[in-house]
Amino acid sequence: MRRTPTLRVWGFAVLLLAVLVFPAAFGRYPVKLLQEILIWGLYAMSLDLLMGYAGMVSFGHSAFFGVGGYVAGLALTAHPGPVGALLLPALAGALAALVIGVFSTRVSGVYFIMLTLAFSQMLYAYAFQASWLGAEDGITGVPRPALFGVPTGEGFAFHVYVVTIAAGAVLFLWRVVRSPFGHVLIGIRENEGRMEAVGYPVRRYKLLAFVLGGTLAGLAGSLYAQFSGSITPDALFWKTSGEALLMVILGGTGTLGGAVLGAAAFILLQSLVSTYTERWMLILGVTFVLFVLFAPGGIVGALRGRIGLRA
Amino acid sequence: MTDSPALALDGLRRSFGALTAVNGVTLSVAPRERRAIIGPNGAGKTTLFNLITGHLAPTAGRILFEGAPVAGLPPHAVARRGISRSFQRTNVFPRLPVRENLRLAAAARGRGSYRMLGSVGRLWVPIERARGAAEAVGLTDRLDVPAGALSYGEQRQLEIGIALATDPKLLLLDEPTAGMSPEETHRMTSLLAGLPRAITLLIIEHDMDVVFTLADRITVLHYGEVLAEGTAAEVRADPRVYEVYLGGE
Repeated sequence: MRRTPTLRVWGFAVLLLAVLVFPAAFGRYPVKLLQEILIWGLYAMSLDLLMGYAGMVSFGHSAFFGVGGYVAGLALTAHPGPVGALLLPALAGALAALVIGVFSTRVSGVYFIMLTLAFSQMLYAYAFQASWLGAEDGITGVPRPALFGVPTGEGFAFHVYVVTIAAGAVLFLWRVVRSPFGHVLIGIRENEGRMEAVGYPVRRYKLLAFVLGGTLAGLAGSLYAQFSGSITPDALFWKTSGEALLMVILGGTGTLGGAVLGAAAFILLQSLVSTYTERWMLILGVTFVLFVLFAPGGIVGALRGRIGLRA
Repeated sequence: MTDSPALALDGLRRSFGALTAVNGVTLSVAPRERRAIIGPNGAGKTTLFNLITGHLAPTAGRILFEGAPVAGLPPHAVARRGISRSFQRTNVFPRLPVRENLRLAAAARGRGSYRMLGSVGRLWVPIERARGAAEAVGLTDRLDVPAGALSYGEQRQLEIGIALATDPKLLLLDEPTAGMSPEETHRMTSLLAGLPRAITLLIIEHDMDVVFTLADRITVLHYGEVLAEGTAAEVRADPRVYEVYLGGE
């Protein structure tokens, strides 16, 4: 069975509307959780593009999230506008991904995992020491930007802003994975050697995908800095990479939507379970193990199996 | 037509440590020619293919395709010049439908594949070429089947189809009938015989019936060197060939 595009579009529209008007029905804390889910969902999606479509399992995606966050922190402190909030962090993410990608895409598999991890940890180590980045305290008091003359501030405006960016990223990535370029990435995931043999410069495609993923991760990092009002070296730490991996696998690799669901599951588990017990990581760990063993397709895979839907 | 060869190998050599798999091979294949490469296991046939397609770099020697050197180019660049190959071990995209297997191959050369926002369905040239390749290898009825669900024989057909979909000028086929039943071999042979004559063919093959049916000329490799070369009749009559290869059948 195949979902028709119209159903997909309507589903997205309804969901988007629900997410937009969410603050009208719920209090501050649930709204904050929702925004956090959207931001981490964007970050996880940018990793899913690499993992789920191009077959590049990166363990250093925090590099771009962190770089985006730091650039936003510096730029917004100087001038809280759209350039510092969106343009510069995205460009910084792209540039970092270009530099790291040029080296990392030379190798694949475990070596790719280790190289990306090493690069991100180097950035972490640097940020942790660099006094101009606030060293271990990071940058605090990051202001939220004014867009088109409207300060996003604390209330509904910031919510609309985050929802818009996240929704825009979802639509963009949906197009990308269905484009000729996206199909090439899937071909590379399925059989890299054969793609090379029929004439695709595989490394160039992988680098492009890596830069695209880095750009969106940079954007997510910027939103996170704006959301939390600060950015610390933790954003660059390997745990931030690991969490994105967890979200993608939990939600369902290669589905994009799964990355957002995985982010939701992760953040809800974290915040809800942690109110009852400090051992939320244990619960998350068990959940993760159960998913990998019994639902390797993640949340999306399990849903598809149950109601017989296919992408 | 000019006499300049489609493919010319000149003193081609490749060593792996102490082992020299291809040892000074010089040969020339005319445009539109169908050439079979035969020889016992370990004669260096597949290594020769890997050298031509850029999967291996030669230790010494030259490879000229339509007069231009291609030795040392990466595989994708060689493929873009118009050299395509099938593999001895089936090398398809098992989880993708046959249609997409062929379309990906057909779209490899154009620049359209860098488009991040366009729709795949609007790039007509690869879709048409994929359809043509499906027809040529007899998979028109199986377009929506994942490649991994095809029978072994059909996967071998797809293997050829992928190579063909790139619209090559020179097609290298590495044991196209490997592991096939007699009926499948028969089908594959007539399929290969029906390929457009404009494509220059280089075929590694063990089945002598297939070789004698398809090849205009035959090159016999032995320990990485050219032992004999000629028409089927000439090669059959050569006592050295009989001794090292045909006699063992």
